[in-house]
Amino acid sequence: MNTSTDDMIEVPLYRAAHGRTGDKGDRSNISVIAWHADLYPLLAEQLTPERVSMQFRHRTPARVQRFLLPRLHAMNFVLDAVLDGGVNDALNLDAHGKALSFLLLDMPIRVPRALAPMLAGP
Amino acid sequence: MNANAPPPLLIGCAAGFSGDRTDAAGPVVDTLIARLASGPAGQRAFLIFETLAERTLALAQLRRRDNPEAGYEPLLDAMLRPVLARCLAHGIRIVSNFGAANPRAAARHIARMARELGADAPRIAVVEGDDLSGPAHRALLHEALGAQMEGLRIVSANAYIGAEPIAAALDAGAQIVVCGRVADPSLAVGPAMSHFGWRADDWHRLGRATMAGHLLECGAQVCGGYFADPGYKDVPGLDAVGFPIAEIDAEGHCSIGKADGTGGLVSEATVKEQLLYEVHDPSAYLTPDVVADIAEAEVKPLPGAPDRVALSGVRGHARPSHYKVNVCHEGGWLAEGEISYAGPRAEARARLAAEVLRKRLEGLALRVDLIGALSILGDDAGRMLADTPDTGLRDVRLRVAATHAERAQAERLAREVMALYTCGPAGGGGVRTALTPRLNTLSCLLPREAVPVRFELLGAEALA
Repeated sequence: MNTSTDDMIEVPLYRAAHGRTGDKGDRSNISVIAWHADLYPLLAEQLTPERVSMQFRHRTPARVQRFLLPRLHAMNFVLDAVLDGGVNDALNLDAHGKALSFLLLDMPIRVPRALAPMLAGP
Repeated sequence: MNANAPPPLLIGCAAGFSGDRTDAAGPVVDTLIARLASGPAGQRAFLIFETLAERTLALAQLRRRDNPEAGYEPLLDAMLRPVLARCLAHGIRIVSNFGAANPRAAARHIARMARELGADAPRIAVVEGDDLSGPAHRALLHEALGAQMEGLRIVSANAYIGAEPIAAALDAGAQIVVCGRVADPSLAVGPAMSHFGWRADDWHRLGRATMAGHLLECGAQVCGGYFADPGYKDVPGLDAVGFPIAEIDAEGHCSIGKADGTGGLVSEATVKEQLLYEVHDPSAYLTPDVVADIAEAEVKPLPGAPDRVALSGVRGHARPSHYKVNVCHEGGWLAEGEISYAGPRAEARARLAAEVLRKRLEGLALRVDLIGALSILGDDAGRMLADTPDTGLRDVRLRVAATHAERAQAERLAREVMALYTCGPAGGGGVRTALTPRLNTLSCLLPREAVPVRFELLGAEALA
């Protein structure tokens, strides 16, 4: 994308998408679902497995996979070994890692100013 | 579609886990009764309850050890009693995994309940074969798990079995089917297979019904439960959130709605979140019935029908050759301790207390949380907490946790947190400690042939 910074705004991901975390064993999956079809391409461009891995660096994921679902305007991230053992082994108060979608949804993303009306919330 | 195909099947869900709300079934059953009354001839309705999670079965096995008549869903009576007579009177059949570790005892309880309610004795089937915790299965598990099995004290071992025995029980006339560990979506696939007469290798239809079951299996989650985020995802009437009802047609396509007169909402957004919940590769959602594929799935609201959303584009592929098996075993002890600090420099005092504990509890891998500062998103190793500067919070609760195979070692943590009262930083108070036995889980795969499944219609003598 070759847009000047003036035309782009930086917002937290939750304004462009919503999602939910699920867990199985020591593996977490986090869905990211665009609020609007027009926002989906920029999510696919910016939410790379590398960036997501960086957002979870303290949990040292063994692997981050991304699955794209263009018809749902959504993607699914699968993070291996991020739950400190999983629901039965973890010492975390949130042993399922249910709150992890909100760690992802807090990531900054850049959105063309023209698409600002598609964003959710203030 | 074939004009002679039976009308769509209605499946309502009234529980998404053990411990879910017990007043969920009433409005679902009322809605099913109303829709049967106004729907096409030959329409049928089912009610399902999904009450098992990864370690629910281990807890149920422990209860059964203490009492041979226990080990099924503890809330079974509270969940089912309010609707059982109405379901039987209106031909709404019930399928559930609330049998947990003791489906036969659950069936006997339901029979007693029906008698107490003055209903005719229902035909109840139990589905068995999932429970692999007995000595006869030890060698089989050992083959699959190998060295991991050494020294394990197994509490439960269950295969995730599928829809076929449920469908067979329904074909045989069961009004209520009580299962243990069947895969969650199979609770909906079984009724659809039986009702439409699908074959066990009708992959596309089974894949579609599986995803309908997947949308239903978490109860309120597809109806705005677990969704609300004020200002971003507003949900009306969350205090009385409704439970879902799926309408599945002869091709397996479905729409999702919710019980009449309830709160919550069914929207594209709630359905998409639930569709992807606990899914890994969307083109290969593995169940014992089918490999469901939602890579090309679409979710669209039904025009003119509020709170009704259609799912289409689901495919299916041949089912896996193996069952997934979860083995729960005793996992030592979890020790937790908490203490609060408030006022000026509270966070610094809490951090100092954590430092004291780390030094005193050498040999225990200690997890540290600062409730009020960082207590959820952090990691066991404390990397995120170390990267998070002291921001001078004035109301902080320190929480530490550790696990150990030996009870005495785990108990050291509780004593050291208690000692902070007089040996720790200034002003600490409100110590709480807890010691809990742990259950850990291993998973493996077993060939289907090694896990024979069956159903049995209970006769009057078994219920006496």
